Amino acid sequence: MRPMTEADLADILRAADAPLVIRGGGTRGIGRAMGEVLETGGLAGVRIYEPGALTLVAGAGTSVAEVEALLAAEGQRLPFEVPDRRGLLGRGGDSTLGGVVAANASGPRRVQAGACRDSLIGVRFVDGAGVVVKNGGRVMKNVTGLDLSKLMAGSHGTLGVLTEVSFKLLPIPEQAVTLRLAGLSDAQAVEAMAAALGSPFEVTGAAHGPGQGTFLRLEGFEKSVRYRVGQVSRHLARFGAVEEVADVWPDVRDVTPFHERAGDVWRLSLRPSTAADVVARAGAEAVLYDWGGGLVWLLTAPGLDLRARLGAIDGHATLIRSDSALPTFAPESPGVAALTKGLRAKFDPKGILNPGLMG
Amino acid sequence: MDMPLPDASVLARRDRILAQLAAVLPGDALISDPTETRAYECDALTAYRCPPMAAVLPRTTAEVAAVLRICHAERVPVVPRGSGTSLAGGALPTADCVILGIARMNGVIETDYADRFIHVQTGRTNLSVTGAVEHEGFCYAPDPSSQLACAIAGNIGMNSGGAHCLKYGVTTNNLLGVRIVTMTGDVLTIGGPWSDAPGLDLLGVICGSEGQLGVVTEAWLRILPKPEGARPVLMGFASNEVAGACVSDIIKGGLLPVAIEFMDRPCIQATEAFAKAGYPDCEALLIVEVEGSPTEIDDQLARIKAIAERHTPVAYRESRSEDESKRIWLGRKSAFGAMGQMGDYICLDGTIPVSELPFVLRRIGELADDYGLRVANVFHAGDGNMHPLILFNANRAGDLEKAEAMGADILRLCVDVGGCLTGEHGVGVEKRDLMHAQFKRDDMEAQLRVKDVFDPAWLLNPAKVFPLDVTAGRRAG
Repeated sequence: MRPMTEADLADILRAADAPLVIRGGGTRGIGRAMGEVLETGGLAGVRIYEPGALTLVAGAGTSVAEVEALLAAEGQRLPFEVPDRRGLLGRGGDSTLGGVVAANASGPRRVQAGACRDSLIGVRFVDGAGVVVKNGGRVMKNVTGLDLSKLMAGSHGTLGVLTEVSFKLLPIPEQAVTLRLAGLSDAQAVEAMAAALGSPFEVTGAAHGPGQGTFLRLEGFEKSVRYRVGQVSRHLARFGAVEEVADVWPDVRDVTPFHERAGDVWRLSLRPSTAADVVARAGAEAVLYDWGGGLVWLLTAPGLDLRARLGAIDGHATLIRSDSALPTFAPESPGVAALTKGLRAKFDPKGILNPGLMG
Repeated sequence: MDMPLPDASVLARRDRILAQLAAVLPGDALISDPTETRAYECDALTAYRCPPMAAVLPRTTAEVAAVLRICHAERVPVVPRGSGTSLAGGALPTADCVILGIARMNGVIETDYADRFIHVQTGRTNLSVTGAVEHEGFCYAPDPSSQLACAIAGNIGMNSGGAHCLKYGVTTNNLLGVRIVTMTGDVLTIGGPWSDAPGLDLLGVICGSEGQLGVVTEAWLRILPKPEGARPVLMGFASNEVAGACVSDIIKGGLLPVAIEFMDRPCIQATEAFAKAGYPDCEALLIVEVEGSPTEIDDQLARIKAIAERHTPVAYRESRSEDESKRIWLGRKSAFGAMGQMGDYICLDGTIPVSELPFVLRRIGELADDYGLRVANVFHAGDGNMHPLILFNANRAGDLEKAEAMGADILRLCVDVGGCLTGEHGVGVEKRDLMHAQFKRDDMEAQLRVKDVFDPAWLLNPAKVFPLDVTAGRRAG
């Protein structure tokens, strides 16, 4: 099914009585939702783009590539550096804004510019009973009523089907420079990234690939970037020499080192200072640190129950790619699980939106 | 503005309820003497007052949970309160309610500079969070103008902003996790010193929920390294339109100032008479502040100057020192005090798309003429968050009602041009009955369903945010 309007979508959901798999471009969905596919690609089109107000409103089915090109022509971009998951998940297709929001997909710049949900300023969606709901709007500052936009971000299509999304934008900086520290252990790398992120020099990327190096990004006006390159180098002198290297951020963002490699892919949200210890206990075949250690990608043997192996951690692990029956998302505490169950019952009373995906 | 009648059955059980509360709280944590509960009769929206049945001032999350369990069992409405600085009446009591004040829970639990967070009890004031980390070169970014007094609990409740949120975002963008007590007394931890929840983003809906969903007793807050320096520039323009166009061009020019503040002629004149900051005599004034090292600041200010000159400013004053920066901010920071000296005022905070600025200011001027009231405008121009101040005389019969009616017209105007009723103050009771202007029934119903899940008996701050007619079937009593 591929509705072309919000009203058509509402009709479909009102009438539906069997599970549906909600799909934008089909590039980044995770987990094992089963049912008839409901595609949102027909709900496309930029509604409002005001460069002078740094805001964009577009249909949820609008292609990310199209939007990024439109914004780039005005020297602007989505702040959170949209990851491309096709290589990691072995998919084709064209990513949509709605899919990005449903996954709260956020790239390396999150450490400075926030996640997708932080740039999201409004949504329209149709809930599982076919009711159209608007929340938020097209202005950056809005505390009117409950913030359901945040609730929809990262809900993986389980509370409603997005039809329109609004974002706050940022200018594309004049210059971006990538710095590399070589030869650091994971623990030293996390410490170096923390020192960089805790400095006033506005680091917009902090990643580490064991054996590859520790990478930092500075962005801004040219004069400013030159100044901060010098300052960061001095600030990190105790970790060794800093060299300028070519752009690595698309590879960090898309976890390129794991492409074409067999095994399960885990995504860990961690308290950064604990990351190296967690990785040491994980026994993974490949590792990539992003967000200064706040995000760790692990490639493990197929079927390895990483959660059981690690036990309690300061954070949680999501299973991004696997053929095993392990749950995709880490279990919630009983009290929190009761609330999310209650919310699902309210927004998807028929239990038809990606049922079972999030529990 | 109407509030529901107090529940007679609750009032009839007053002694029994107080005895139960006394049994779970230290002697000084329960206030029920009518002369003492008067202290909690209002927040910063002082036009409306009502002493609560009792106020409790717990010191621990366990005490908060014990109070809520009792109030849930006895079906007593609970109004959470931080420091009582809400401009929207978010902490306004009803006669049958218990005020749950969090002010005594003001400790720092943990500070971690490597992981860049601070874990605090939420009674702590906003400014003292920065105070706890600034010796290490860090700060907590959201800076509402009440930051000396306002509590983190209230900041989370209202999703507070401030002058610097154009760059750093508002509370929700700087909140990592909370410990929250639900109305049934269950203590939940949501989020923590890492990114994202494993499931739904409950943190996102709790932040800004105005005490509707639970009582937040602890918070993990993102702390940021303080910038090396900051300097403002002040510019005057011949019209609101030109100033608005300049704001738009600065943003389109790829600059991201930390603040862009806008004042119109009535506001400039009022603050000048009051604070004597030496502001130019002009129709509209912008204060633009940028951050960084001295070189970076010079570079950004040079770019801003080139943009401003295209709009032929009638005044242009760049700060060269700490002292000059203070003087540039002096008028802006005294704006509310200046208006207060001229009379009573209502402060609105609707947000509009920045492109609608000139039209909205013109329309506000026409409304002021129609109502025969004076209005001054001061606002965060970068993000379109307006603060029209409507002057009135509280001692003149009907004047408050007239000012409120005009305020409602302005807020409806904000919604009509694509904006919203409130950008950072919250709905509270003040804008509660205007919610119909922004939300259709289904849009509102979706929000009510969230409250149904967190607070099925509708006991937490029950007469706020949503129009009473919409919630009548859900509220107790």
